[in-house]
Amino acid sequence: MSSRPARRLIGVLALQGDFREHMAALRACEVECRPVRLRADLDGVDALILPGGESTTMARLMEPGLREAIVARSAEGMPVLGTCAGMILMANRVVDGRPDQEPLGLIDMTVQRNAYGRQIDSFETEVESPAIGGSGPAVFIRAPQVVEPARQAEVLAVHAGRTVALRQGNRLALAFHPELTPDRRWHQYFLGLRANGS
Amino acid sequence: MDEAPTGSDRRGTWKVKAGLAEMLKGGVIMDVVTPEQARIAEDAGAVAVMALERVPADIRKEGGVARMSDPGVITAIVEAVTIPVMAKCRIGHFVEAQILESLGIDYIDESEVLTPADEEHHINKHPFKVPFVCGCRDLGEALRRIAEGAAMIRTKGEAGTGNVVEAVRHVRAVTSAIRRLHGMGPEELVMEAKRIGAPVDLLEDCARLGRLPVVNFAAGGLATPADAALMMQLGCDGVFVGSGIFKSENPSARAKAIVAATTYFDRPDILADASKSLGKPMRGLEIGAIPQEELLAGRGW
Repeated sequence: MSSRPARRLIGVLALQGDFREHMAALRACEVECRPVRLRADLDGVDALILPGGESTTMARLMEPGLREAIVARSAEGMPVLGTCAGMILMANRVVDGRPDQEPLGLIDMTVQRNAYGRQIDSFETEVESPAIGGSGPAVFIRAPQVVEPARQAEVLAVHAGRTVALRQGNRLALAFHPELTPDRRWHQYFLGLRANGS
Repeated sequence: MDEAPTGSDRRGTWKVKAGLAEMLKGGVIMDVVTPEQARIAEDAGAVAVMALERVPADIRKEGGVARMSDPGVITAIVEAVTIPVMAKCRIGHFVEAQILESLGIDYIDESEVLTPADEEHHINKHPFKVPFVCGCRDLGEALRRIAEGAAMIRTKGEAGTGNVVEAVRHVRAVTSAIRRLHGMGPEELVMEAKRIGAPVDLLEDCARLGRLPVVNFAAGGLATPADAALMMQLGCDGVFVGSGIFKSENPSARAKAIVAATTYFDRPDILADASKSLGKPMRGLEIGAIPQEELLAGRGW
């Protein structure tokens, strides 16, 4: 990551969920970060992370101006990473969600909530991906599943026959939680995505 | 790309148990007694619901032995919502816990709100695949519960009173005890562990992290958006609201306001807005007016 410019500010949606773990991971990668709760917090942010948590809660708390600003900034090329609930927010269709749960539609994919079952079916494992140059730890907690990825999306990891990591341009979605492990390669991969579409 | 092997998938690990609590942070967990209430809670933005037969205020009023809820009631609530569902078992009643695990409950609260089944021991929570949350009044109690396998801690407060004073007392006790660890040498940590009745290794974790090694929520007596924000500013990771929502005049509005207050806990302007026109809160009880033997926080050891 030697080409990283010194001053880059990464926003982390901090309405609810494990945003602190993402911020700790970003600090470990030696980049600055800022919690994003209101529309104005997004100003000056170069990239955005949508953390794990409850997607229904985050969707309810997102003020209309913030939702539209995220969609607009993303359309202009701002890189966005979503993990677990964040992946659900990035989808354009949600199965087994709530009827009023309107995702941001950043990636043309259908995601199923709680696809692995209840908490006793949550698991940790290793996931292999060219994005991280091999295999790395992955924690799946009441995880979603991509049931229909878009043709233009690049599948980055498959586990047990299911797509668990994919990328469409500058938008990266993971069904698991790299922020709960000490392995920083997924965050570094995300930081390598640039506004000009690397 | 090759399909990854699944033989290496590990369920019910500590990381997975504690990890769900991490996902609940910054959120509100609401007590509900019917599927309709569960849907109101989910609509309002609850991160999870606690499925019960009676809220603590009614348990307090009715007296008698309070036990695990009817599995039928719990299952109906599980089926009504998409968010995680928690349920309570009695302190030490590991068979109630086994039953809740078999129902597919996402988190078990081994709770002093129910009548204890064992007056010496809590449940050994390690063998379970389902995670547990337990109450505490101070650091020693929190670390004993974590030693038994609790993957999440909450303050006990005094449930069913609508009075936040005990929850404040308990979270302050935990945070000031952790602050005192700062600067202690290894031999002093050993003696401190003895003094408060906590395992040394977990106390060392607290000293290193400057906080509990698991997520810590506030619980017991929260009734208003300001109560929730107070507990967040005191350093809690999220809040449980029991009787405070569905014993109030307008549960839906109050639930939404408490959710907003938990996120924007350090923004008095937003808190003021959220606190407007919510109708009457639950009536509430003065702790001093409750007979000593009816206080719930003293249950658990």
